Amino acid sequence: MNRSPLLTLRSMTKSFPGVLANDHVDLDIYGGEVHALLGENGAGKSTLMKILYGFYRPDSGEIRLNGQPVHIRSPHDARQFRIGMVFQDFVQIPAMTVAENITLFLPDLPFVLNQASIIKRIEEVSERYGFKVNPHAPVWRLSVGERQKVEVLKLLLADARILIFDEPTRSLAPHEVDGLFQVFANLKRDGYALAFITHKMKEVLACADRITVMRRGKVAGTIKGSEATESSLIELMFGKQIEEALGRRGETPADGRKPLLELKGVNTRSEGMAWGLKDVHLIIKPGEIVGVAGVSGNGQKELGDVVLGLEKCTKGVKYLHGEKYTDWSVAQVRESGVAFIPEDPLGMAAFPWLSVQENMAMVNTRMYSKQGGLSMDWQAVRSDLQASLERLEFNIPPFYVPLGFLSGGNIQRMILAREMAHHPKLIIAFYPTRGLDVQSANSARRILSTSRDQGAGILLISEDLGELFNLSDRLVVMFQGRIVGESTPQEISMNEVGYLMTGSKGENKKSD
Amino acid sequence: MAFFRNRRMAGLIRFVGLFALALMIFAAVLLVFGKNPIRAYWDIFSATLGSSYGISEVLVRMIPLILTALAVALPSRIWLINVGGEGQLFIGALFATWGAVNFTNLPAWLLLPSIGILGFLGGGLWGAISGFMRVRGWASETISTLLMNYVAILLVNFFVFGPWKDPESANYPQSAPFPDAAILPSFFGTRIHLGAVLAIVGLILFYFVLSRTRWGLEMRAIGVNQEAARRNGISTSRYIILLMLIGGGMAGLAGMGEVSAIHGQLRPSLSPGLGYTGFLISWMAGGHPIGIVAAAFLLSVITSGGDILQMTHRIPAAGVHILMALILFVVLARRGGKPR
Repeated sequence: MNRSPLLTLRSMTKSFPGVLANDHVDLDIYGGEVHALLGENGAGKSTLMKILYGFYRPDSGEIRLNGQPVHIRSPHDARQFRIGMVFQDFVQIPAMTVAENITLFLPDLPFVLNQASIIKRIEEVSERYGFKVNPHAPVWRLSVGERQKVEVLKLLLADARILIFDEPTRSLAPHEVDGLFQVFANLKRDGYALAFITHKMKEVLACADRITVMRRGKVAGTIKGSEATESSLIELMFGKQIEEALGRRGETPADGRKPLLELKGVNTRSEGMAWGLKDVHLIIKPGEIVGVAGVSGNGQKELGDVVLGLEKCTKGVKYLHGEKYTDWSVAQVRESGVAFIPEDPLGMAAFPWLSVQENMAMVNTRMYSKQGGLSMDWQAVRSDLQASLERLEFNIPPFYVPLGFLSGGNIQRMILAREMAHHPKLIIAFYPTRGLDVQSANSARRILSTSRDQGAGILLISEDLGELFNLSDRLVVMFQGRIVGESTPQEISMNEVGYLMTGSKGENKKSD
Repeated sequence: MAFFRNRRMAGLIRFVGLFALALMIFAAVLLVFGKNPIRAYWDIFSATLGSSYGISEVLVRMIPLILTALAVALPSRIWLINVGGEGQLFIGALFATWGAVNFTNLPAWLLLPSIGILGFLGGGLWGAISGFMRVRGWASETISTLLMNYVAILLVNFFVFGPWKDPESANYPQSAPFPDAAILPSFFGTRIHLGAVLAIVGLILFYFVLSRTRWGLEMRAIGVNQEAARRNGISTSRYIILLMLIGGGMAGLAGMGEVSAIHGQLRPSLSPGLGYTGFLISWMAGGHPIGIVAAAFLLSVITSGGDILQMTHRIPAAGVHILMALILFVVLARRGGKPR
C-alpha cells in the first residue's frame, strides 16, 4: 500500500466539557482498505468519525482529501465530499419501501421522480455487491441486517467513496456479520475506503486491513491486520495499567460470612438492542467488593436493575440479607439498605428541577416525612447531607438551588453523598468515578473501600479495568448477558479479562 | 414553592397583551356579524360584573369550573393528560342521583355527605379506569379519558330516558326531583351553594399537598424525572392510578354540585361543557391554584357573556366559543403548551 492516502487526518483535537475526547489524533485512510477503529467505550472513536462526518467541529486539526485540505462543517458537506456514514440505529421510514427510502436520501432529486431508473440502479448495485435486497419490500419487513444493507445502498447510490460504519455488528446475528464482511470485501475490491468502529477483537482480525487502536482520546497504535494478534491488540487497548494497579487492596475477610446478596439462575427480558441476563449466578458477601467487567451493553445495566428490583426476573430467585426478595418493590429494596450510584446520574438518579435538599430527601421520603407525610423534616435532610458531604470531603453547595444548576461533576458528587448518607449495607455502583476529577474520584474510591471495610457489600460495575483490579475482591466478567468468567484480581490477568469481555474466550466454554 | 417561582412578571404582561389581542380579534368577528363590539363587551361586563346578581351568577359558574380544573391540574403534575373531566362529572352526577332518589327518607346531615361521597366515587372510578389502563400499558390516558366522556354521557342518557325517568315529568328525559334533604344549601339568597366550600377546600389541599407534603415531593419528582423516581423507590403506577382517582373524584364532585344544587334532578343537559372548560382553565393556569381561580373567573364571565350575547344581540351562544378558542391560542403561545 504505497499509494497516497485518500483521506488524511492530522492532529485532530476535540474537547467536551471535562473530557478531551480526541487529543492530536492522526489517521490515514486509503482507498480499497478496511480500516478498523478499535477501543473501549469513551476512547474517542465515535467522536473522531463524527468529526469526519461533519457532526462535530474539531477544536484544531486538519482534514485532507486527496491531499487537498477541506473543511467539513456539516453532514451535508461530508456528503459533498463523498463521505457517508452508517449509524447504529438506521434513519429509515418503516412504512415506505426500500426504493422510496433510498430515493429520499439522494441529493438533487428532480421535481418529477423517475422511480424506475432508481430501482434499476438499486438492482445493479445490489447485484454487483451481493446485497440481495428487494427494492419493493417495505422496510418494516426487513431484518436488521437487511436494513443495514439498505443503509449502505443509500450511500453507494449517493456516490459516497468513503464509508464510515459505527459499530455495524452491534445488533447483527453471526451469519449476518459474515454477510457484512463479504460486502466489505466486495466494496474494497472496487476501491471504496471503509472505516468501521468496533470494540470486538475477533471481527477486527477477521476483516480489517489496518487497525488503529484508540485509548483515552489518543491513538495507541496503528498496525496491519495481517500482523495483529489478539494479545497485541489487547495490550494496545488497555495499556500496561496492570502492575501499578495491584497492591493497594484490603484483606478479604469475607469468606466465612453468609451472603448479603445472592442471585440464582436469574434471567431477564432483553429489550431492544440490550442483552437480557441469562442464567446469572452471583453472590456478594458483606465486606467484599465484587467487580463486574465488561464492554458496556452486555447486561451490566440489567444486572444492576435486577439487584435493585426495578427489572423483574423471568426466571431465577434472588436473596437479600438472607431473605428471598424476588418480588420486592424498589422501595422495599432501597429501605432495606441498598444504595444505587448510577451510570448516568442526571438521567437515572437526579431531579434537575428540584433543589439540592429535595433531591437528598428523595432517597427515603418516608423517613424524612413528619406526621405521616403531611410535612417534611428539612432540618434532618440538610444535616444528613451536610454530614455525608463532610465525610466524603466534597465541597458543600447551596442547598436551595435546583440541582440542575450545578456542574455535572457536582451533581455526581451530590448523588454519591446522598446514597452514602445512610451507611448502606449493599451498594450498587455503576461507573462511580466516571466524570469526576482525580481528587474526587479518589475520595469516591476511598469511600467504597471504607464502606467495604466497615462491612458493606459492593457491586462495582466499571469499564476501567485499572479501577476494577484495584478495588475488587472478586471479579466477574459479563459478555452478552452471561457471566463468562469469575476470579480474583490476583488470579487473573488484565489480558485474560480483556479476552473474556470481548468475547474471544469463554463463549466456547459456556456453550456446552 | 419552587413550582411557583418560575412565574415571571414578563410572562404576565405578555399574557395580558395576548389576551387583549384575543379580545380584539373577537371584536373583528363581531363587526363582521354587524354588531357593535364595544356595546357587546359593555353588555357582557354590565350583566356579569355590573350587578350583585351578575357577580353571584359568575361565582355559581366558577364552582364546577374550579373543580373540573383541579381534576385536570392534579394528574398534570405527573404529566397525565386528563381530558375526561366531562365524563367524570357526568358519572359523579349519576352516582349522586342514585343516592338522592333511593334514600329519600334519610336526614340531610346524612344524605348530603353520602351523595357527596358517591359523586366523588363515581367520578373517581371513571378516572381510575383510565389510570389503570395506562399503568397496564393498554391505552394512553389522554385517549381513554376522551373516549370515555361519550360513554359517560350516553350512560346518563340511558338512565334518564329509561329506568330512572320520572313518571310525573310529562315524558321529559329527567330523573325524579331530589328530596329537599339532598339539595345542597345555598347562601345569601343567591344560587351560590355549598359546592363553593368544596372548591375552596380542594384548592387549598391541592396547594398544600403539592408544596408541603411527602406525596407532593414524590409527585414533583415523578414530574421531573420518572426514571430517577422509580430508581429511588417511588411507585409511579400507584401515583398514576391514585391521581386519576382523586382528579376524577374532583370532577365527580362538580357533577354532584350541579345536579343537586342547580338542577335538582338529573338531566342530559347537565353540563354545558364544564369538563372541557376546566381543562382549558387548568392549562391556562399552568396548574397554579391562584391561576385556576383567575382563569375560572375569566371563563365564567366569558361563558355567561355568551348567554348575554344570545339574548341581547342574537348572536348564537356558540359564537363565544370563538373567543374561548382564541384564548386557548393565547395559552399555547404563552408557554408552548406545557404546564411547567
